[in-house]
Amino acid sequence: MSIAPRKPPLQFALRLKRALGGKTGWNGLAAQIAFAAILAWIAYEIVANARTNLETQHIASGFGFLNYNAGFDVNQSLIAYNNSDTYWRVFFVGLLNTILVSVIGIVFATVIGFVVALCRLSPNWLLSRIGGIYVEIVRNLPVLFQILFWYLAVLAALPAPRQSISIFSTFFLNNRGLIVPQPVSEPGLYPFLAALAVGIVVALGLRHHARRALFQRGQMIRIWPYVLGCLVGLPLVSMLMFGWPLKFELPQLKGFNFAGGARVIPEFVALTVALSTYTAAFIAEIVRAGVMSVHKGQMEAGSSLGLSRAATLRLIVVPQAMRVIVPPLTSQYLNLTKNSSLAVAIGYPDLVSVFAGTAVSQTGQAIEIIAMTMGVYLLLSLATSALMSVYGWRINRSMAA
Amino acid sequence: MAREREAITKQNVQRTTLKGLPMKRVSLAVLLAAAAALSVQSASAQTLKTVKDRGQLSCGVSQGLPGFSSPDDKGNWTGIDVDVCRAIAAVVLDDPTKVKFVPLSAKDRFTALQSGEIDVLSRNTTWTVSRDTSLGANFTGVTYYDGQGFMVKKSLKVNSALELNSASVCVQTGTTTEQNLADFFKGNNMKYEVIAFGSIDEAVKAYESGRCDVFTDDASGLYASRLKLANPADHIVLPEIISKEPLGPMVRHGDDQWFDIVKWTLFAMINAEELGITQKNVDTMLKSDKPEMKRVLGTDGNLGEQLGLTKDWVVRIVKAVGNYGETFERNVGAGSPLGIARGVNNLWNKGGIQYAPPIR
Repeated sequence: MSIAPRKPPLQFALRLKRALGGKTGWNGLAAQIAFAAILAWIAYEIVANARTNLETQHIASGFGFLNYNAGFDVNQSLIAYNNSDTYWRVFFVGLLNTILVSVIGIVFATVIGFVVALCRLSPNWLLSRIGGIYVEIVRNLPVLFQILFWYLAVLAALPAPRQSISIFSTFFLNNRGLIVPQPVSEPGLYPFLAALAVGIVVALGLRHHARRALFQRGQMIRIWPYVLGCLVGLPLVSMLMFGWPLKFELPQLKGFNFAGGARVIPEFVALTVALSTYTAAFIAEIVRAGVMSVHKGQMEAGSSLGLSRAATLRLIVVPQAMRVIVPPLTSQYLNLTKNSSLAVAIGYPDLVSVFAGTAVSQTGQAIEIIAMTMGVYLLLSLATSALMSVYGWRINRSMAA
Repeated sequence: MAREREAITKQNVQRTTLKGLPMKRVSLAVLLAAAAALSVQSASAQTLKTVKDRGQLSCGVSQGLPGFSSPDDKGNWTGIDVDVCRAIAAVVLDDPTKVKFVPLSAKDRFTALQSGEIDVLSRNTTWTVSRDTSLGANFTGVTYYDGQGFMVKKSLKVNSALELNSASVCVQTGTTTEQNLADFFKGNNMKYEVIAFGSIDEAVKAYESGRCDVFTDDASGLYASRLKLANPADHIVLPEIISKEPLGPMVRHGDDQWFDIVKWTLFAMINAEELGITQKNVDTMLKSDKPEMKRVLGTDGNLGEQLGLTKDWVVRIVKAVGNYGETFERNVGAGSPLGIARGVNNLWNKGGIQYAPPIR
């Protein structure tokens, strides 16, 4: 009889058991598998049931409709579009309009929000009261109401096209929007752009060189004359050699509206203004909270170093406050993007209005279109979150260093 | 009566929430899409039985289009589309008041029908081949022969739709109107700018504020919307009619009995006018000896029972809402603020094209 040493239990199996079943071991694993199976079965039932219902009622389904002709027009499009394009094109037209209003809204909301927050924090009595009143009025009124206010009360009060407010007969403001001269490219455009690009690259290189000299050797180099030369001089030389890069086409009143020139439609202005002022009120409070979360000793330290209040805020307080500000700021950005779907109330052609609105009722394929639209908002929101996470991570890293 | 009033207030509440927030509308569409996906009802649903068991007809109407379907200040719905709903409730439930009116925007209406939220859609909806096939629904007939027109301010001094080059046009989104508009301007080589709004009220408001030069809709809708403007006399409807818009009720695919009931309710209203049966004289007509009259009013034969209804189904319809002509005059014709002439909507033997298959 031989005495074999007892084999140690298989490490792999043990680890698998831990990972899948937790403390309860294989029983826990079985429960998890059962739960997953139930979820899968429910999902399958939903899809199968929807499919049979659609089939028996002869409701068209599938994504084939995306290649059909849309047959309707849209009044603002960043890509070429006319009524004989497909629903795919409509989808992208709506998507780009949504992104446009969101991005511009986010930029304005951030700027206004920071300014209002700094007003509220200001030791100046009048400024801080104005900041406070702004926040309390704007954030306490429903955003749809504010959109309608800007559209119906403010912008609709502008004169009709024939009585436009004209600025040097070049810019025209009326209730159809702001009409500006449209830039048309000339042969000199590409050399001009190339010269500008070269200028920017050289200027960035110079800045890099100057910063290295400052941080590594403590040497101050005067670079601004060269930077100016690159950014202004080079394009000027190209213009002298190749002629004007652009020519401007002036708008002319023709029939009911202006022909020629580019136009910013009032629906876009109303939506952007309403969304950015509304969101700015929330951002102002977030920024104020962030700044107040920084110990007041930091402010005092700044002034004892002889820094001005503005410089202390910019160099010491706000960078520390950003750690607190960024996560809730992300939520506000997401809110703004999602609130942009209120556009349908004032006829701005965003994704919900043209795709989840007109396209749904023309094709009747609500399930597909609503799913696509929800997917788009989810992706937009996740992308915004991801960008902001990267930004937050960089701030944390630089703080830790 | 008290119950009726309560039902009416409920309708009103629902109407204001639906109208007030476009977000709500979007979420309604999402909800309905989800309902379509999840509903376990079989396709050959017994709509007649469902309605009888519920004791109430659920009828999809507009959010307020005078003459077709609109609530008055007491929350009572009236209009030609509403009368169709009331007539169906009369034949099925013997009570024209047992109707729940569901106000729907143009873009939500089909989803509401598909998902079973409503039993019948009677909401100035244009009959087209794509709607009759791919939506999983059927049109049952034509309540009103309409066509798309344009309304402009008189001060623009425009006399024809062909003078509208470069105009800005306000329109309601999710309608055939949007496509006709694109076709018309493209076909006549004219440029235009379209501003599409979620509801008709928003579009009219934008037109009135001067955002657009032109408001376009079905001609009947133009007359109805003009009444809501501050100075109706300052606006004219241009003579051109650019499309055919036969408006009629819709039901879901897969329930032929219900399809027949809705279809023949409208036909009965038209036939009643042809035979001269009115709300006033229906009781005397019941004593008539004419075989055709006896057949229609159910004193002879069992045509109503063949439909799954009662023998006196036509009597119930006429008592509830009157014949087609009476409904027309009361809601959109001379007896109404709209004052629209019968025109093509007159009976076939009086110069129009309203024609119903015979009840025999």
